Amino acid sequence: MAATDTKAKEVLAGPPPSAVEAEQVRARRNQARTGNLLKSILFWVTLGVAFMFFMFPLLFMVSTSFKQRSEVTAQPPRYLPGVDFTPTLDNYVAVFTKSSELGTINSSQDQRATEASAFGGVLLNSVIIAGGATLLAVILGTLAAYAFSRFKIKGEGDLLFFILSTRMLPAVVVLIPIFLMFTKPFGFLQGTFLDGLSQITFRDSYFGIMLLYTTVGLPFVVWMMKGFFDEIPKEYEEAAMLDGYSRLEAIWRFVVPEALPAMLATAVFVLITAWNEFVFVLKLNPGEASTVPPFLLAIIGYGQVEWGRMAATSVVFLLPVVIFTFAVRNHLLRGVTFGAVRR
Amino acid sequence: MPAMKADAKQRTPGVRPRFAWLSDRALVRAFLTPTMLLLLLVAVFPLLWSLYLSFTKYSVIKDQNGPTWIGLANFNRLLGDQDVWLRFTTTARFVIPAVLIELLVGFGLAMLMNRAFKARGLIVTLMLIPMMLTPLVVALFWRYMYQPDSGVINYWIHDILGMNRVLWTTDIGVAMWSLVLVDIWQWTPFIMLIALAGLSAVPKYLYEAAEVDRASGWFKFRHITLPLVTPLLLIAVLFRVMDSYKIFDQAYALNISGDVNQVLSIYLYQMAFGDFNTGKSSALGYIMLVVIIALAFMLIRVLNNLKAEEA
Repeated sequence: MAATDTKAKEVLAGPPPSAVEAEQVRARRNQARTGNLLKSILFWVTLGVAFMFFMFPLLFMVSTSFKQRSEVTAQPPRYLPGVDFTPTLDNYVAVFTKSSELGTINSSQDQRATEASAFGGVLLNSVIIAGGATLLAVILGTLAAYAFSRFKIKGEGDLLFFILSTRMLPAVVVLIPIFLMFTKPFGFLQGTFLDGLSQITFRDSYFGIMLLYTTVGLPFVVWMMKGFFDEIPKEYEEAAMLDGYSRLEAIWRFVVPEALPAMLATAVFVLITAWNEFVFVLKLNPGEASTVPPFLLAIIGYGQVEWGRMAATSVVFLLPVVIFTFAVRNHLLRGVTFGAVRR
Repeated sequence: MPAMKADAKQRTPGVRPRFAWLSDRALVRAFLTPTMLLLLLVAVFPLLWSLYLSFTKYSVIKDQNGPTWIGLANFNRLLGDQDVWLRFTTTARFVIPAVLIELLVGFGLAMLMNRAFKARGLIVTLMLIPMMLTPLVVALFWRYMYQPDSGVINYWIHDILGMNRVLWTTDIGVAMWSLVLVDIWQWTPFIMLIALAGLSAVPKYLYEAAEVDRASGWFKFRHITLPLVTPLLLIAVLFRVMDSYKIFDQAYALNISGDVNQVLSIYLYQMAFGDFNTGKSSALGYIMLVVIIALAFMLIRVLNNLKAEEA
């Protein structure tokens, strides 16, 4: 398209043509125009197909969340609320009022999340755990990133690579030792004078899983924030220090405000990672401190599946993610590649 | 500019700066320690522990007396086990088509969208949403669309196209492709995003120069676009291979049937938390780890070679 555009412009800007030339010019212009139109149609059709492929499941999920039970499995499927079915808010009411009912039937460990019953509680857990872990990871990680960015540190490259490598591990591999460790973190104190501590467990607690998500988020924060700090000139705080501020004051007053947008963007990614996590919470927090993903699995776990309610719950759970995605859309590239790709 | 800003807020002379006693060295230590400590305690220590466990016979629920050292027996048994090899090929049957299709479609879409058009920003952002969503929830919703009798996809196939209904998650021959499709839906946008960045970074004058020489579209693609975008695409592939290799959530949620369709992570999970074969599963975890590290190094090598060629 771009090529024909420039050609068309050349044609338009050409020298005053003779009659014959004018005829030729007109013919070429028409040709270019139909060519453009065809290309434009082809472009929008292809884009439309791709767009529908990515949007349909999302739109269909929203639509399903407004369906009554009979419409959820209806054939032909209903697509548009208000057009081919009457929308209802029943599912959304059920999301917050109905407990999951399954807790009593099942004994399987995987599904014990349901005992936390009502969605409200589980959602609150998600907020607390993901929020707490994000706050901790961003604060600690930013400090470390600042140190890496501003000072010469022995073995810096190795340390940074080590930090990154902890991210390569498959979750399931780390899950086994973490599971053992969290069950009795102070088990080694048994029989000593601190015997009381040995019975403490991190399982089914906010603290343990928060610490875990913080650790998962840390490498990301360190790498992202180091990239951002590298872009803020050193002279920034050095000038402040010449003016009589201590380094810590200079950081707090001049560097932090400058880095705040980057910190917020980084925080969003850590938050979403923690929000989306499933397997650790499934195994480590099967009860009271469980989060939404295992709860969703439990909804469709047995027998008659309430897809409508599942869809409504998903919509409520995913909405923040969609909003955040828009909020950080200019940082997406950096975020999904660990700061490896910048623009 | 920074100097100006600092000037503007110049502190009143005579007031002693707070925390001036804190030397830079102490500051670095204070800044790094919490991060390093957490990583050591929650990432490194568990790994070392599971390395130890991989050399033992141990089950968390059965062996009250703790692990028994058995040397390399776990590794010997695992590497000689036909089942384990099957999981590796199964995982490859997932990773290879998924990443390949994502690469082709994602790059194709990026080529398509690498131009100015109406509402471009909005359309691109909307198309990027899938990769941010909870993998488990995504897979659960696809499971709904995959329903054999009441699912929307089978309705199109059966009632509109007049073909036979497909048992998306229960037909052993199809099930893996259902998982691949979910992955494609979620992660093609990831490749697209990175490819778009690569394409927009190609300097325009190269194309203009080629235009002057009346180069064909294919020539421009082959000799300008592709060489400049390949390094970025390889980074994207590296990320995708590493992530899809450890796929768990979607496979777990989709619950596709057939032993042949069980990917490594699911198999490992069963071994560790279904059969409580703690020692053996730790060993398998390490085998998985070695394989992915080797794979990552290979890809990074290719990447570096490309960069060297360019320079």
